[in-house]
Amino acid sequence: MSELEGSQPVAGERVPVIATRGITKHFGSVQALRGVDLEVYGGEVLGLVGDNGAGKSTLVNILSGAFQPNSGSMFVDGKQVTFGSSLEARRAGIETVYQDLSLAPDLSVWANIFLGREQTVNGPLRLVGWLDRKAMAREAEADLERTRIRIGSVKALAGRLSGGQRQAIAVGRAVAWGSKVLLMDEPTAALGVEQQAKVGELVRSVSDQGVPVLLISHNLPQIHALCDRVLVLFQGRVVADLRPADVSVEEIVSWITGASLAATTASVGALVRGADHDGDAGYDGGPGHDRGPGSGGGPGNDGD
Amino acid sequence: MATKVPAALSPTGAVSPNAGPEGGAPPSQRSAVLRAVDRVGDFWIVGVLIVMVLAFGLKSPDHDLFTRASWLNTSDYAVEFLILAVVIITGGIDLSVGATLGFTGMVSAAVMQSMLNSHDNSLLTTVVGFAVALLLGAAVGFVNGYLITRLKLPPFIVTLGSLTAVGAAPALINGGNEVATLPSQLTTIGSTEIGGWVYVTVVIAAVVCIGMGFVLHRTRFGLRTYAIGSNNLGARRAGINVDAHLVSVYTISGVLGGLAGMMVTANFSVASPLAGTNDELNAIAAVVIGGASLFGGRGHMLGTVVGTFIIALLVTGLVLVGVSGSWQQVATGIIIVAAVAVDQVRLRLAER
Repeated sequence: MSELEGSQPVAGERVPVIATRGITKHFGSVQALRGVDLEVYGGEVLGLVGDNGAGKSTLVNILSGAFQPNSGSMFVDGKQVTFGSSLEARRAGIETVYQDLSLAPDLSVWANIFLGREQTVNGPLRLVGWLDRKAMAREAEADLERTRIRIGSVKALAGRLSGGQRQAIAVGRAVAWGSKVLLMDEPTAALGVEQQAKVGELVRSVSDQGVPVLLISHNLPQIHALCDRVLVLFQGRVVADLRPADVSVEEIVSWITGASLAATTASVGALVRGADHDGDAGYDGGPGHDRGPGSGGGPGNDGD
Repeated sequence: MATKVPAALSPTGAVSPNAGPEGGAPPSQRSAVLRAVDRVGDFWIVGVLIVMVLAFGLKSPDHDLFTRASWLNTSDYAVEFLILAVVIITGGIDLSVGATLGFTGMVSAAVMQSMLNSHDNSLLTTVVGFAVALLLGAAVGFVNGYLITRLKLPPFIVTLGSLTAVGAAPALINGGNEVATLPSQLTTIGSTEIGGWVYVTVVIAAVVCIGMGFVLHRTRFGLRTYAIGSNNLGARRAGINVDAHLVSVYTISGVLGGLAGMMVTANFSVASPLAGTNDELNAIAAVVIGGASLFGGRGHMLGTVVGTFIIALLVTGLVLVGVSGSWQQVATGIIIVAAVAVDQVRLRLAER
């Protein structure tokens, strides 16, 4: 406990890579988000869970620039930002690995990695957009190598690779572009057990390089095993900020279904709302519900 | 470990007698089979073309097929058909190619005719004629692209509309009669052989083919064309301006329709309101025979060129050997289905 307490001020001083304050979003009369505050710190794997309709995908779409919030603000490295499109979010360093992976199956691996940011040759042919195919293939290979991703040949068509390899390309592409944070939307939904494990390794290798990962998943055992912190969305709000080291999968489930919330509403409902800032909110009485990702084995370690 | 050695060597050492029977690396063996299937697949359609050329050529009286004049219409078709491959690779379709050809050919001929009737500067007339055809084609293509991207209408419906509307327009021009009063420069283009050997229109077609091949396979524009057809949403997320790209593709399609319209007028020394009628089906056939997928993302220029030759050969060749035009359609139909069937088998083999 004392160790945890000791690491808190360090965590508190760190600037989150992304933060949101009071994000709301409604679609017509449906209030999807009711004021979401979150912080993602360097090197951590942050899980985002919640039942269908809790607002997960809306939140991801806002962070990735696809939707614009109705109110609230977003910060990247402490600076306020607004994204008019997913391209602007990418330029700010927020890369998203979509559930469908967003790969073009008829294009080669290197072409997928460079899609939208193609390199052209120098000289007059540049004017017609003449591609520097060799350079892109070479760099794609190096990029994938760096993220310890093994693909037979970068010239292979993306559509002919296995699900795990495709996932690896999508992650490798996001990391190769020097992203500050990686959003992963249901990365394992369509994968077999073995490939799910591979994705887990990928997520870890990304966060080991200091790039935080925001992982959205229904796969709670995986979330529990991979994440340093887990945020639970319930009816458009963050209702809990949990550390898998301290809670069981069942406890996460009870937050997702709202059972834990109901149990604590009477006494500490107000505190729960602010759980991710106000330290010892005291929901379900466990230790270490402190602010931020300050747990011992977590990202607190790589904060120089 | 002993088995690992040949496995590691086999990809580099192409012929390795030791590795052979003991089964070099299974993966590399498999990919060799796949490559072979791929190659046979590409070769297959070229083989069909060669067999057809030989068969028709030997059967045609005085081997007329081998004369250059028989290949003139191939150049018109090439300019008209090849851009359809680009449209289809984006996952779209342009049914208005033939209609645009006929419309632009007639309008520009009518304009040239009235210019010639009022004064006699036929070079200026030719230039204006080309400008009218290309701009008009661009306008048709731009409207197609605009409706498809801004109003989110299906390409099939939009271009079916322009096929119907634009296709009917030539009958309203010049009383629906052919226009034969044309500047001499234009008809010269149709009959001049450079170096006494190739027609100017054939050179134009070759330049267009090679240019499009490079654009499609070597430039950013081409890569993004494939990306859009392969994964439209993914292309948008990658920051590609998909709508602008599609508008340019349809506009270029219209421009080339206009160019083909001028080439047909030049080749026949007359603009006919019937020019380009029903060409859209032949164009789709050529592109599909060439290996493109109507779902987008797949197709290439060389294949489309071969497909264009096959279609042109069916049109010209069957006439030369004295077979009714209806048989041409029967043969086209069979070849389309056969080409796609072979392609599907290849895909399935490749995915195994």
